[in-house]
This record gives sequence, C-alpha cells and structure tokens, in this order.
Amino acid sequence: MSVVIPYVDKPHPVTGVTNAKLGVWLFLASEVMLFGALFSALITLRLGVNDWPHGYDRLNVPLATLNTVVLIFSSVTVVMSWAALKMNNLKQFKTYMSLTLLMSVIFLVVKAIEYNSKFSHVPPITPATSNFYAIYFVITGLHGLHIIGGIIVNAYLLGPGSRMWKTEPERFTGRIECAGLYWHFVDLVWIFLFPILYLL
Amino acid sequence: MTQAEHSHAGHHEMPFWRKYIFSTDHKVIGLQYGITATFFLLFGFLLMILMRWQLAYPGVEIPLIGKALTETGALTPELYNALGAMHGTIMIFLGVVPMGVGAFGNYLVPLQVGAQDMAFPKLNMMSYWVYFVGGVVMMSSFLMPGGAAASGWTSYPPLSVTAPNAQSVWLLAMVFLITSSLLGSVNTIVTAIQLRAKGLSFMRWPIHVWAQVATAFLLLLAFPPLEGAAVLQLSDRVFGSSFFLPSGLYIDGAKSTAAGGGNPLLWQHLFWFLAHPEVYVLILPAVGVISEIISTFARKPLYGYKTMVYSIIFLGFMSFIVWAHHMFMTGMGVTLSSFFQATTMIISIPSVIILTTLLLTLWGASIRFTVPMLFSLAFLPMFAIGGLTGLPLGLTASDIHLHDTYYVIGHFHYVVAPGTLFALMAGVYFWYPKITGRYMNEFLGKVHFWVSFVAINCVFMPMFLMGSKGVSRRLYDQTGYSHGAATQSWNVVMSTAAFVLLLAQIPFLYNMFTSWKTGKKVENDNPWGATTLEWAASSPPPHENFPTPVEVYREPYSYSPSSRKVSPQFSQQEA
Amino acid sequence: MASEHMTIEEVKKHTRVYWVVFASLLLLTVVTVGISYIHLPFTYAVILALVVASTKASLVALYFMHLISEKAVIYFTLALTGIFFVFLMFIPVMFPWLNKVS
Repeated sequence: MSVVIPYVDKPHPVTGVTNAKLGVWLFLASEVMLFGALFSALITLRLGVNDWPHGYDRLNVPLATLNTVVLIFSSVTVVMSWAALKMNNLKQFKTYMSLTLLMSVIFLVVKAIEYNSKFSHVPPITPATSNFYAIYFVITGLHGLHIIGGIIVNAYLLGPGSRMWKTEPERFTGRIECAGLYWHFVDLVWIFLFPILYLL
Repeated sequence: MTQAEHSHAGHHEMPFWRKYIFSTDHKVIGLQYGITATFFLLFGFLLMILMRWQLAYPGVEIPLIGKALTETGALTPELYNALGAMHGTIMIFLGVVPMGVGAFGNYLVPLQVGAQDMAFPKLNMMSYWVYFVGGVVMMSSFLMPGGAAASGWTSYPPLSVTAPNAQSVWLLAMVFLITSSLLGSVNTIVTAIQLRAKGLSFMRWPIHVWAQVATAFLLLLAFPPLEGAAVLQLSDRVFGSSFFLPSGLYIDGAKSTAAGGGNPLLWQHLFWFLAHPEVYVLILPAVGVISEIISTFARKPLYGYKTMVYSIIFLGFMSFIVWAHHMFMTGMGVTLSSFFQATTMIISIPSVIILTTLLLTLWGASIRFTVPMLFSLAFLPMFAIGGLTGLPLGLTASDIHLHDTYYVIGHFHYVVAPGTLFALMAGVYFWYPKITGRYMNEFLGKVHFWVSFVAINCVFMPMFLMGSKGVSRRLYDQTGYSHGAATQSWNVVMSTAAFVLLLAQIPFLYNMFTSWKTGKKVENDNPWGATTLEWAASSPPPHENFPTPVEVYREPYSYSPSSRKVSPQFSQQEA
Repeated sequence: MASEHMTIEEVKKHTRVYWVVFASLLLLTVVTVGISYIHLPFTYAVILALVVASTKASLVALYFMHLISEKAVIYFTLALTGIFFVFLMFIPVMFPWLNKVS
C-alpha cells in the first residue's frame, strides 16, 4: 500500500491552508532571518566607521533602478501567471511565466554588468577593497543566488513541471502559487536592498 | 521506469537502494539519521579520549596509536586544539541534534500524530542526504593541509579568519548542515499541524510532539543568522573582506593587509544568536522523550500537562533574547549585561517548572524500574545539576570568575551528556520494541546504565571545582599554572572515568545491533502499556504506519491513578 | 481566500488590483530615487528610505502574496518571525558607539 498525504491540493479544514502553502511560508520566515542577519551586520559595520561612503557615490544607481523596475514587473507577471491558471488558461500562464523568466534573466545580466564594471576597474574593486564593497557584493550576491534558484524552479514549472496541469490542476496551481510566494519574497528583499545599498 | 514506478500500485517491490538508501519513508530516514549520528557521537567521543589522555598525562605518548598521529606520539598543542574544535562541532551538529531531531523527531512525530508519513517525504529524504554530505565535508577537515579546523566550535575571528584551509571547509560544512536542519524543521512543523489524526487537537499532542515543534521553530528561525555569519566569514577568508577584521590588526607580528573596519564581536553576536537557541534544541527533544517514558513507567498522568506546554513555548521564545550571556566578558557595559542577566534568570524559570512537573509525576507513582526508566530517572538530577550550575554563569558577577573555565565545561556537559544523551538512550531502549518488534536485553541495559552513570559523574563533577579554582578551558597543559598544577592529579581520575564510560557503551552498541535479530519478541503492539498513537501501530509499523486511520479519543497519559489502568489515546473504550 | 475556489470574475478583480499595485510600486520607486538626489541629512534620508521601502514591501506582501486575506496560522508564523527579526536588529545597538552607558 502506498502512502497517502492529505491536504496536498485541498486546504486543511481547520488551518485553511495546504501543506505546501504552510511549508513555503515557514521557509520564507527562515529567509527573513537570513537576510535580516546580513542587514544587521551591514548596520553594525556602517555605524562602526566614520568614513562609510554614500551608495550613490560608488554604485550605479540608474542600472539598479532599472533592475528594481524589472524585478517588480516580474513579480506582477508571476502572480498573473497564477491568476491565469485560476482562470483555466494554460496558454496565458505560459506567457506570463516566460515573461517572469525573461525578467529574471535581464536582472542577472544587469547585475553581471554592474559587477563587471567593478571588477574591471583599475585597480579592481572587490570585497577586499573595503567593507562597503564587501557587504555590497555579499548581500547582492546572495540575493543573486536566490534569483538563480527561483529561475530554476520557475523554468521547471514552465517546462516539464507543467505536465501536472493535465492530471492534477489544483495541485499544479498550488505549486505556482508557492513558487510565486518565493519569487515575491526575492523581490521584497530587493525592495529593501536597493535603497539601503544604493541610495543612502 | 518499471519497478520503481509500479511499486505503489501493488506490493512494495522497490529495489534495495530505493527502499533503504534513498527512501522517502520517515521511519527509514529516522533510522538512517540514528545510525549516522551514533557513528558521529562515537567518533566525537574518541576524539575526546585522545584529549583526555593528554590532559591526564601531558606530553606522554599515546599508547598504540600515538605515533600514527604525531612524530613524538604525544598530542601537539595544535592537534589538541583541532581535536577540541572538532569534538564540539561533531558532537553538537553531527551527533546530538541529528539524533534528537533527525532520528527521534523523524521516526516518531508522524506516528504520534497519526499520519502516514511526513508532509514532504522527498524533502525529508533530501534533508538526510544533505546532512550526510555536510558530515562528509566536515570530516574532510581532518585531511586539510594545516590540520583540521582548530578555532573552537565557536570559530571566533580573527583567529578563525586567519586559520588554515580547514576552517573554510568547516564553514562550508555548516552551510550544508544548516540547510538540512531547515528542510527538516519545515517538515516537522507542517506534519504536526496539518496531518493530525481525527480528534487530535493541539492540547492532545504528546509532550514529545510539542517539544519537537518548538525545536523546529528554534532551528527554523535561529539557524539562518549563523548561515549569514558563515557566509560573511567565508567571504573574509576567501574574498579578503574585513567583516570581522578590525583596523590595525597585526597577524604573526606583521601588519594585516586587510582593509579593516570590521568587528570580531559582530561574529560573536551573530554566532550566539543561533548558538543559544541551539542549546535548547539540544535539550527539548530530550525533555519530550523523558516525558513520554516517565508517565509510562510511573503509570500516572503527566503532572501539569498544560504547564509543561506553556513552559516549553515560553522557553523557546525566551531563548532568543539571552544570547549575550555568552559574551559577558567582552567589555559590554552594565546596562547591556544587566539586561541579558535578567533574561537569563527569567529563562531558568520554565526550565525549573519542566523539571518540577516531571518530578511531581513521580509523586505517589508505582514505578517500573525498566532500563528506559532508569535512564529517565537519572536524567532528572543530572539535568538539575546542569541547570543549577548555569546560574552562577548567568549572573555577571560570578561569571567574571567562572567564564572560560572548566566550570563552564562541567555545566554544559551535565546538561548534554548525562542530560540529553541519557534521555536519548532511554528513548532507544523505550522505542526499540516499536521499531523492531523485539525488546533490548535488560541485563546488558542495566550494566550500560550503572557503569555509565557512575563514570559520567566522575568525569564531569570535578570540573566544577577545578573551574572554580581558576583552571581555564581549552588548555593543552594546565600544569604551567600553579592553580592548574594543584588540580592536575584530578585529570587522571577524570580521564580514567572517561575511558570507563567509553567501555560502558560497548554493551549498549552490542545490544542495539544484535537484539534486532535475537531479542525477546514483544507480546503485543503496546508492550509497555503506553498511551500515545505510535503504540497503535504494529511493531514494526508498516510503510503507511496506519492501514486503517487511527482516531484520538482523549488526551495522552491517561492512567487512572488508583487502579493504574491505562486508556490509550487511540482506544475508544476507557479502562 | 487565495487558493480557495474563486470564480473567474473574482480572479479578474484580483488581477485589476495587481496592475494598480504595480503602478503604485513604480511610482514609489521614482519617489525613492528622486529623494536620494536631494541628499538629505543621513538620519532623515534613512527614515524616508525605510518608510518608502516598507510601503512598497507591504503592497507586495499584502496583494501579490495575498497576505491581506491569509489564514491565522500564516499570520502567527510571520508575527513570531517579526518579533525575532526585531531582536536581530538590536545587535548593532549593542556596540559601544551607541551603548555608551557603562
């Protein structure tokens, strides 16, 4: 006899959520603490020295603003891809999810341009240059890794994963909602990162 | 493909590697965690045996294997440091937590809530294998040029930032282990909340389930700051940043070329932000296990179930605001240290309440002195000693004298070794019949218990006095100090006792690995007459745990006080 | 509400909200970048930046992440996380430059 796990596609009658929904929120809670620790470190380091530079003097604000718009747009497209499934429109889901992936890739490309302009500076600007750059690289780097993770998940769900729509549409929609929650969180972190690193 | 895909349709015809190696069954995964953790606990113990030889006979060649370790055969100070750092790291992160949470939590929580498996079986499997990889990476630290990681389990900078390669391996291993923990804790919480059997309200959860859920929240929310800090330290080591390197640092006499501007205390804050809740991760599963066992063999309801639950919750919450009591000696001002002293004193209250409810459960009880009960009874005074000796450490005035001395080592070992480890051993003896359908041998168990109990006290009790006399911890050879020389002879007693303690584990291991095949078979599925849901399943439980869904009719621990009649949670009839 | 059965009409209403939120987020982004060009004194700059960022984050959380109509168990998890996050943010305060009382 195989194992049957309930509340995979239907929500639990008392808690009102599916297992995956609760699971994803718990995971996001841990991510809040991860990025929180890095923000805490940033504040500590900044307050510890007198000569901490302004972000707008050292970093590329226009590029980062573009990235902010790109990421916010990708948040809309991912929630629209979920809404498309709620309206039984697989084609529209695929369009919006593809857009989300495109935006994610653009974000990474812009990020790569930003990093490259620092590395190819003379002398190269790296985390070793100063703690300002160190925390910039580490936090945006970790954020970038999260973007890559999201790309992998979203690409899977757009591609082979979307076969589940035919057999278990509710469960698949739930998966898109959870992937979307993760993606919105990545956007959320950037919403704080952008002003704190670039505009202050 | 063929066999694996069709396995769910008919009988379980899965190939060996799918059934036992890459299994998604929480019971198999729990056992995998248990066996792996047992190996690491033994390994960590052996590291300490080497160190205890050095402590008892400084500079003397270690018999049999000494020459294989160093040129002279005696430990060098560098090797001593490395063994110390790895002992702590392995015991905590590869041993006790995977045993308490990965083994006991995984095996029991789905059964105790009446579920067929964890909510995310594949994620569960992943969490074990990520732990396994993390363990391999951590052990590879021993093979690194420059020796194993040697900056303490606490990895304080600047030492850790400037240490040889193995420290980076340590940090990388921690990232794997933390990831494994996170995956596991999500599973535990979702399973316990969502997959409850009919009739199982929260206030009918066994205390073990409450303990595991609280532990899961601690792991979920406290570990990420350490992960963040580990990333920062890796960046300092690999990318040359200065997160933890202050300006004007001199290393080996030469001015550091790092940019500076960092702060070593930042690491300490981020580290202890996790590491304090971590110690409650070490004790809470044990408290859960003890609660199950004591009520079963006292044939009495647990005293103060609700009090116990609220204490566990309060303890978990408070554990997040006491961390800087590990940092009293870092030059903090009185306001800050007073704050943490106060919260530390407050957190002792739920601990005492928990201990008291367990003790009061024994009042008027009809005690069955089985081996699991012996270990559980011993847990009570041992945990009490561990807890009480924490008080002078939490009070800043006395901590000035006791910080970084053997007193601290005595304190935390009492809570973890005769505390948690005794509780987990009790758990092994207790649930073995459920897992295998056979009892462990009682005589061997009693030998294991009595020898361990005496030996473990001989190892750790002298440490309180030694520490009060000022002997520092992490000393390769304390005879260089007059107060150290005065207590050097105690080391011989302690090291001998440690060796006896090691030998005492042999009957336990033999018992554990042979009773599977030769132990006395259980008479029924609930041989101890316990009350929680796992005892409704067969022994051992089938893959889906409960072929017919189990239903809960009452709270756990329903023993009628006068007649000792038991009414399990899952039986409709009240006894 | 989010993953329960909704009629196509209800979903369409939600999607209209998403685009309104998107427009607001774009506007707030312009605002926060614009403010940064004014080079206010540090404390004011920080407060304003955090207020705008928090507003944007709240919009994403409430509407894109459906938190405005979520269940108690999720709210509980987030509340607990929020409290511990605040504790984490106290770490910078514990260093001598802000903690001069001795």
